Amino acid sequence: MSNEELIKLIDTWGFTLQTTEEGTEFLTFTVRKEDLHEFCRKLKADPATHFDLLFCVTGMDWGNELGVIYHLASTDLKHEIVVKVMTADRETPELDTVCDIWRTAEFHEMEVFDFFGIRFKGHPNLKRLFLTPDWDGYPLRKDYVDEANMVIK
Amino acid sequence: MGIDEKKRFLDQYQGSGMEYDLPKDFPGKVIPGGNGGNIVVTALDSVINWGRSNSLWPLYFGTSCCAIEMMQTGASKHDFSRFGFEVARPSPRQADLIIIAGTIVNKMAPVLRRLYDQMAEPKYVIAMGACAISGGPFYYNSYSVVKGADHVIPVDVYIPGCPPRPEALLEGLILLQKKIKTEHAKTKVNPIDGFDEGTL
Repeated sequence: MSNEELIKLIDTWGFTLQTTEEGTEFLTFTVRKEDLHEFCRKLKADPATHFDLLFCVTGMDWGNELGVIYHLASTDLKHEIVVKVMTADRETPELDTVCDIWRTAEFHEMEVFDFFGIRFKGHPNLKRLFLTPDWDGYPLRKDYVDEANMVIK
Repeated sequence: MGIDEKKRFLDQYQGSGMEYDLPKDFPGKVIPGGNGGNIVVTALDSVINWGRSNSLWPLYFGTSCCAIEMMQTGASKHDFSRFGFEVARPSPRQADLIIIAGTIVNKMAPVLRRLYDQMAEPKYVIAMGACAISGGPFYYNSYSVVKGADHVIPVDVYIPGCPPRPEALLEGLILLQKKIKTEHAKTKVNPIDGFDEGTL
């Protein structure tokens, strides 16, 4: 399905979305965090979109907002999109998990939690993946401070 | 680790009940080898050093892209077996030399130190590439990268480059051979003695 057809179809679902193709390789939808789980479920369940492959999950710190970027593909319909979600709450950022939709998200979300501290509601085993369990802070956040190890430039 | 208590020469055995019977006019020094097999070190040193420096067995410690250049140095085009390095070991127990080819992160640093401690003496270290020398491109703003392998273990030869070309690694290896050829069993110190491990 082409990008125009995808936009036309997904607009009929009635979510609050920001859609852009500017400055990016993929068609990008920015979704409100309340809608994230329902939107993703619909993307996979609808036979016209059928996004059955989550091939990348990226944690992101935009300075004010924290967020997650999901890269989706359909292995039989051969189209790809990007779904962005963000939250302005830096103290206890929380998003819905998508690991019940795409099982691979389980480890990716552990990694995002590890480095950005975003909690995923409904994740079965959210814990530190790469860092030690007693690690203090989330090192890939822009405001992370570690005076012993980091030389700031 | 017991390095300090190690007895290197016979005169260190004085008064311990383990004295060896040597003639007064014996020309050289004798290193106790245990169970009676002693080593005579005189002008033989140069012969021994020649042998040691030309059969250095490296332990590969390739943690990133420098390891690719290291493999190329071992492959047929550059072929470091011409200089006696062909027996690359995956085990520290059998290695004389550790080539740190890549980034050392905080999680890997204890592993590197442990491998170094497991190697048999005499042992040598080559830091290959910018990461192993100083952290390289990860020096600034990195929470995980050790700013140089010499924060963890003492390094003999530094090879700059990102990554160094195989010719540079060969140059470094030959430099190390030259260093070994000037060594003397009498004056050789353990590189870990007085090594500043820093505080953290």
